[in-house]
Amino acid sequence: MGDLPRPVLHVRRTGGVVGDETLTMASDSNHHTNGGDSAEAHAEAAITIRGLHKHFGAVHALRGVDLTVQRGEFFGLLGPNGAGKSTLINIIAGLTRSDSGSVAVMGYDVVSQYRESRRRLGVVPQELVYDSFFNVREVLRLQAGYFGFGSEIEPWIDELLDGLMLADKASANMRQLSGGMKRRVLVAQALVHKPQVVVLDEPTAGVDVELRQSLWGFVRRLHGEGHTIVLTTHYLEEAEQLCDRIAILDGGKVVALDTTAQLMDKGIGRIVRVFVTTAEPLPKSLELPDALRALVKWHDGVTLELQLDKRRDSIGDVLKLLTESGVDIVDLKTSEADLEDVFVELIQGRSK
Amino acid sequence: MNYRGVYTLFNKEILRFYKVLLQTVVAPVITALLYLLVFSQVMASHTEVYAGVAYGAFLIPGLMMMTMIQNAFANSSSSLIQSKYTGNIVFILLPPLSYLEFYLAFLAASIVRAVVVGAGVWLMALFFVDLPLYSVGVVLAFTLISCATLGTAGIIAGIWADKFDHLSGLQNFVIMPLSFLSGVFYSIHSLPDFWQVASHFNPLFYMIDGFRYGFFGVSDVNPWISFAVVTLFFAGMAVTTVVILKRGYKLRN
Repeated sequence: MGDLPRPVLHVRRTGGVVGDETLTMASDSNHHTNGGDSAEAHAEAAITIRGLHKHFGAVHALRGVDLTVQRGEFFGLLGPNGAGKSTLINIIAGLTRSDSGSVAVMGYDVVSQYRESRRRLGVVPQELVYDSFFNVREVLRLQAGYFGFGSEIEPWIDELLDGLMLADKASANMRQLSGGMKRRVLVAQALVHKPQVVVLDEPTAGVDVELRQSLWGFVRRLHGEGHTIVLTTHYLEEAEQLCDRIAILDGGKVVALDTTAQLMDKGIGRIVRVFVTTAEPLPKSLELPDALRALVKWHDGVTLELQLDKRRDSIGDVLKLLTESGVDIVDLKTSEADLEDVFVELIQGRSK
Repeated sequence: MNYRGVYTLFNKEILRFYKVLLQTVVAPVITALLYLLVFSQVMASHTEVYAGVAYGAFLIPGLMMMTMIQNAFANSSSSLIQSKYTGNIVFILLPPLSYLEFYLAFLAASIVRAVVVGAGVWLMALFFVDLPLYSVGVVLAFTLISCATLGTAGIIAGIWADKFDHLSGLQNFVIMPLSFLSGVFYSIHSLPDFWQVASHFNPLFYMIDGFRYGFFGVSDVNPWISFAVVTLFFAGMAVTTVVILKRGYKLRN
């Protein structure tokens, strides 16, 4: 499904008429006029979170979260189970109320200006939920209707159905769809009111590779056309490939927040692993210079793993030292740390 | 006000029961008719409850109201518990709908289903019994306020219940006994003193008694008193519902 038809999704902050030849995701601004001096016009950020706390009984789920997601960002929200990711998303979406702190979507407070903030937010829930009373088109019509749209939204519904390869299932009852199709309907439901900010809460959990690729293809296009995307996922390589910036949540706190590249370059991110295979088995008590011995993580007789700090150690110097020590190198592999390493180190470091 | 949003939610609730019409409309009408046929046969030889009113005719308004209030309760409560249970309630919590709009949509749909079922019982009963109509206004007033009250109670129950068992308990141990013991099948004047007094603490009794007045022009209690009691009861239910919806009790916690 990598060859999904390209949806026509252009972000426009003002004007736009649903039903134009070019359909616009933000064209609801003529539907729900905010005025020229609106909060949205001045808002720099897509999502602004300040001092957010939430308790569930004795559990302190969020402990003062401060976070800003800029407009047009592809933002990743990572963390182990129970870190508070879903609670945070639920508060942004108005599904859960915070104990203290504030959240604004496109400049609109999610509590006091909930109508404005919700119109600008689309949420793909984590669970595969659906209403078995209705077919796919009915579900999308109803969802658009809740946001104030009538029959003028039909062309957009058709586009979503095409874009998510659901056109031939438009009249099928939700019960009859496969899990992957239900997941795509959830994406369509989140987009049917043309939100500017789209939150995907682990949308690829339990989804096969093909569907995952097609969903990311679709979401990448949305992002490419100006939408702000917030993603939570357990697939760290997805976050690494897709996100501009990443926040790592643990124990209800933001423990890391940076661009994906910077995050990768921090701590363990600076480490390069060098795997050296030797022609002859090495003795158990391998004699190496002190400078080299400090870099060896393990060896099993024929393979050595060395960990180098990119800023300090040179692979060339290390290989030269190894050769001088009598190691006959026949193969060499290097591997840089990925986001998973960064993530694991951060989380494990905190739990020590 | 998000008028289109409210209408859509109302329409969704109507479609929900329309798609299972056999279960939500036809079945309660048939059940009420069975009550009518059996009880009117068995009780036909008994003394008239009200002068000039045959027992079959006396029975119909009570059966109509009992069926209506049970269905008003069932519509909102079952929709909410199903949505909570399956998780699809997020689809109506994410949109820009206020707590009042949420309430109005569910309430209106409950009333519509109850009225459709009540009208079905009335139309079918006309084939069997000659039923007078003393005051359309009184009939409509008691229909609306009673269905609104039980529709509202259904919303509270649907929000409160964590599982179907909770709802079933409420329906079988509260709504059903209260509706059976509300004078559907008898005038409370035929009861022993204790049960006459006890009946006056049952709000459903006032709904049925006032509704019956709309057909025959006679009732056990002054219809204005009945209307006031039911209105007061509705107001209490409505305020409770608005408060719990505004607080997000069990929906946005």
